[in-house]
Amino acid sequence: MTEGPFRMNWISNYVRPKINSLFSRREVPENLWTKCPECGTMLFHRELADNLNVCSNCEHHMAITPRDRFTKLFDGGIFVEIKVPDVTVDPLQFRDQKKYPDRLKAAQKASGEKEAMLVVTGEVARTPIVAVAQDFSFMAGSMGMYVGNAIIAAAKAAVEMKRPLVLFSAAGGARMQEGILSLMQMPRTTVAVQMLKEAGLPYVVVLTHPTTGGVTASYAMLGDVQIAEPNALICFAGPRVIEQTIREKLPEGFQRAEYLLDHGMLDRVTHRKKMREELVTIVRMLSGQSPAIAGDLPAPALATAAATTAT
Amino acid sequence: MNYLEFEKPLAEIEGKAEELRTMGRTNPGTDVSKEAEALDRKAEVMLKDMYKALTPWQKCQVARHPERPHTRDYIDALFSEYTSLAGDRNFADDHAVMGGIARFQDTPVVVIGQEKGSDTKSRIERNFGMARPEGYRKAIRLMELADRFRLPVITLVDTPGAYPGKGAEERGQAEAIARSTEKCLQIGVPLISVIIGEGGSGGAVAFATANRVAMLEHSVYSVITPEGCASILWKDADKAKDAAEALRLTAQDLQKLGVIDRIVKEPMGGAQRGRKETIEAVGKAIETMLKELSGKKPEGLIKDRRQKFLDMGTKGLAA
Repeated sequence: MTEGPFRMNWISNYVRPKINSLFSRREVPENLWTKCPECGTMLFHRELADNLNVCSNCEHHMAITPRDRFTKLFDGGIFVEIKVPDVTVDPLQFRDQKKYPDRLKAAQKASGEKEAMLVVTGEVARTPIVAVAQDFSFMAGSMGMYVGNAIIAAAKAAVEMKRPLVLFSAAGGARMQEGILSLMQMPRTTVAVQMLKEAGLPYVVVLTHPTTGGVTASYAMLGDVQIAEPNALICFAGPRVIEQTIREKLPEGFQRAEYLLDHGMLDRVTHRKKMREELVTIVRMLSGQSPAIAGDLPAPALATAAATTAT
Repeated sequence: MNYLEFEKPLAEIEGKAEELRTMGRTNPGTDVSKEAEALDRKAEVMLKDMYKALTPWQKCQVARHPERPHTRDYIDALFSEYTSLAGDRNFADDHAVMGGIARFQDTPVVVIGQEKGSDTKSRIERNFGMARPEGYRKAIRLMELADRFRLPVITLVDTPGAYPGKGAEERGQAEAIARSTEKCLQIGVPLISVIIGEGGSGGAVAFATANRVAMLEHSVYSVITPEGCASILWKDADKAKDAAEALRLTAQDLQKLGVIDRIVKEPMGGAQRGRKETIEAVGKAIETMLKELSGKKPEGLIKDRRQKFLDMGTKGLAA
């Protein structure tokens, strides 16, 4: 500060406390309103949640946690978690500016989740499926041993229960802190996909914003059907890396879902609110089931859902 | 000889020895051979000291040394009747990837590898060993050919990584890499991989998802370049040295982690100081690994390969 100590003191001792106390007295609870990062509209939390975290003004698809997504996806919001085998924590004893276990703990505390992937099973419009979703808010959804184990566990459960697998991807890529072992998740998860294919079970991938790097270059691009959410960034090398390499401006919408659809890299781009219906239609056709019954059915009892789970 | 940054003290001594010898030649009266020999011995000791304890970052530099033998050199020396097969049948032939049928000690095989090029012209033509989607799709085609005619596949890995370009992304770089890895896991023939220089991320894994993976002593294999890792995690590309340490990308660490099966020793001072010996040592390693897999049934080869990768990562470095 160049204004000198007098001014600093005057501001910090007099003005700021007064402003602060003014704000705290009003006690506006946090997180009641979310500002859409695209159009700036203020969205009320309940309305936003009902709308699956899609802006009601501009249809921008915001991030949604795996748990919230599944609650809205499964009949009556009921699903059963499938256990993922434990991993060696910090196998490389990785240190950057922070220790890797500290980064992990911070992510666990902030998200309330164990890791960047959630594996569940349940019924969607009375269609039993296994579903797995990646959590971008957990260390950018990055793929390490746990994510690899989660996908393998999901594939094994699907094969055991003879259920289709639906995967929602979202990742900044490989988890650098697990070095080569994160790279090895590319072949490992590919083996998981092969288990499904050999069992003749549908594997549907929903690419959400953003899906990049080694994740795109393995299980996220190997689906029988590839669907993306609108405007999701889907790529191997990110736009910034490419701009630095080729030193030219990239075209509008480059590496976005619609751009990939135009270039033949996806089957469909589907609005999040239509996703549930579409997944049910596709999965039922691919597995030779009759059309789904339209309309709201009563929620399945938790007990039956649990009983059908083998693990 | 191209000296690396950390070899500068060595360059100085070797330069001085050379200078002395030139002086001796121009002035026949002076005898400098003794001094020159003393310098040679000093250089030798220094080289040995340097190379017996290379840091991970130094190994990255050795792995990238322009005079290391490249895929083309290995194919020329170790294989006969090499018949290159080009193109992905969709878009183009990717010159960053060499491949074809050839004989390895009389046995017909398919050989595939990234080639970095050896001078400015060939480096540009080879795109510095950075494949585009067509390179992976060519590799997939060749692996299918090998599977159909029961030929073992040998891949030589030497790439900074997949090419980060506009066209490469538009034509499905990620999908091509995923399919190549998938193909590696599907073929019912022995698949052997040798990392001869840089094993750069997805571009390497797409070729190296093999029954047996060997690495040259000073080669590296990593999920990201140390420079890339440093700029992301340290927000400072100059921290590449620290990133190289943290990433555990050396052949020695990767063997401990169970990611690779064997290390092929390099001559003193690295492959660039003994190209012929290095190529011969790689040849021996390929021979041994092929023998280990000979007689195995297609289903067994597929099953073993998958299990090997499923089991990977259960042991950390601490254990």
